[in-house]
Amino acid sequence: MSEIIFDHVGKTFPRGGGIIKALDDINLTIGEREFVAVVGPSGCGKTTLLRLVAGLEMPSSGAVRVGGKAVRQPGPDRAVVFQQFALFPWKTVRENIAFGLKCKGVDRRKRDEIALKYLELMGMVGTEDSYPHQLSGGMQQRVAIARSYAIEPGVLLMDEPFGSLDAQTRTVMQEELVRVTRVNPRTVLFITHSVEEAVFLADRVIVLSRGPGRVAEIIPIRPAREEEKWIGKASEEVMETASFGRLRAHIWKLLRQQMQPNSAKTSA
Amino acid sequence: MADSLARTAPSRRELAMLWVVGAVVFFGLWQLVAGSGLVTRLVLPSPVDVVTACLRMIVQPFAGDTLQDHVLASLGRWGLGFSLAAVIGVPLGLAMGHWRLLDDMVSPVFEAYRYVAPLAWVPFAALWFGTGIGGPTMVIFAGAFAPCLVNAYRGAQLVERQLTEAAQTLGAGGPRIVREVLLPGALPSIVSGLRVSAGLAWQSLVGAELIVVSSGVGFVLVQGQSNLSPEIVMSAMLAVGVVGLLIDIALRAAERRVRRRWGQKQ
Repeated sequence: MSEIIFDHVGKTFPRGGGIIKALDDINLTIGEREFVAVVGPSGCGKTTLLRLVAGLEMPSSGAVRVGGKAVRQPGPDRAVVFQQFALFPWKTVRENIAFGLKCKGVDRRKRDEIALKYLELMGMVGTEDSYPHQLSGGMQQRVAIARSYAIEPGVLLMDEPFGSLDAQTRTVMQEELVRVTRVNPRTVLFITHSVEEAVFLADRVIVLSRGPGRVAEIIPIRPAREEEKWIGKASEEVMETASFGRLRAHIWKLLRQQMQPNSAKTSA
Repeated sequence: MADSLARTAPSRRELAMLWVVGAVVFFGLWQLVAGSGLVTRLVLPSPVDVVTACLRMIVQPFAGDTLQDHVLASLGRWGLGFSLAAVIGVPLGLAMGHWRLLDDMVSPVFEAYRYVAPLAWVPFAALWFGTGIGGPTMVIFAGAFAPCLVNAYRGAQLVERQLTEAAQTLGAGGPRIVREVLLPGALPSIVSGLRVSAGLAWQSLVGAELIVVSSGVGFVLVQGQSNLSPEIVMSAMLAVGVVGLLIDIALRAAERRVRRRWGQKQ
């Protein structure tokens, strides 16, 4: 069971003698094997939301539960894919992917076998003995995704994973992620600042309001995707569909409201 | 002005020539003063006297051993004290970089210890570990320990936080993070620390050997003094300097190598 539940979650940070409210009263349930994307104006606490599930931060109030248990520390049941890849530069691709398995105590032969399997899934066979600096950004992020998948986590947490890639690579990676999550579905929490990316990938999109972050609106995407059969289509084809355009425009409108400080309060 | 702005690094050949020029000027001035008759040989032996004394000691044992055997005995003690400092200092520094509690506990004691000169440990080193191998090793250790620890600690703190977080989320515990993330991440800094530490260890050596009984360059130095042979005292100083220079050259090369490899990887 890998359901994520935010139960009246608030998070404050001390800053310059005072405190800053990053998240306020977040109530949210992300279902088993559901793909949820979070968008919002910068500084709205998107990343904090993800770090709370990862166990890299603790909530100031309320509780985050994964699979029914309160999150207290990081753990391999919740893998994180970072924007800057966070690959170990002194380890080869194979060693990077196998690292989590090593922590679990899986023996070497089995580790290499599993690492190869996920390299294959990411279309990266032949790079296992390379070092990260020898690969392009897109390739490095594929390795990072393979590394997260290799420990077979129930939850996949992705923090703007394609944010540092160029536009074309980014599109390819989005399509790859759709393919991979279809073969290997996980509960995914995906943080992004790209509305298109969120609509293209997610079952539901959550729009956060600006400082302190609250859930402004939850937009279901799945019905449109199933109705217009987005899956398997190239991203530009999906973007041409009427429902995609409508959803994108709707989310943009919400974001615009968040950027105007006076109207922000009345929007939700 | 423009000259100093346009200053470029000299080539290898130019560098070698500059070294020779520097050495010739230094030894020439020395010979000039010593040979001028203004000072006696007891106050300042000439470089020729010193080199002769060195050569004599290489073939003819002085104070029980030849010069090279004294140097080897010193190197043995140096190696032991320095390795001990590295083996304890580096892991402790890395651990302090990871566990805040340990850091807060150790830091104050450590900061105070840093200001105690290695030589100040001589009485206690002799008392606790005797004048055999233990005492001198402890003095050398006291000189070498701080840079080992400090550089491992700073290196660990400079390791990108995202890497330790990634390791945590992949299920790595503290000891594994120290071993597999902080150690390799801090390696360039650790190697510079080891270089500084090796130099300080070698410097502490003469002090350490003041309490040792029967061998080592420091011992030669003290024996030369009591024999009223200034050229022997200077020979010992020369040996310390030359060996120190060689150690530094070797470790600089090692450091460059690590930096080159690590610099490439991110």
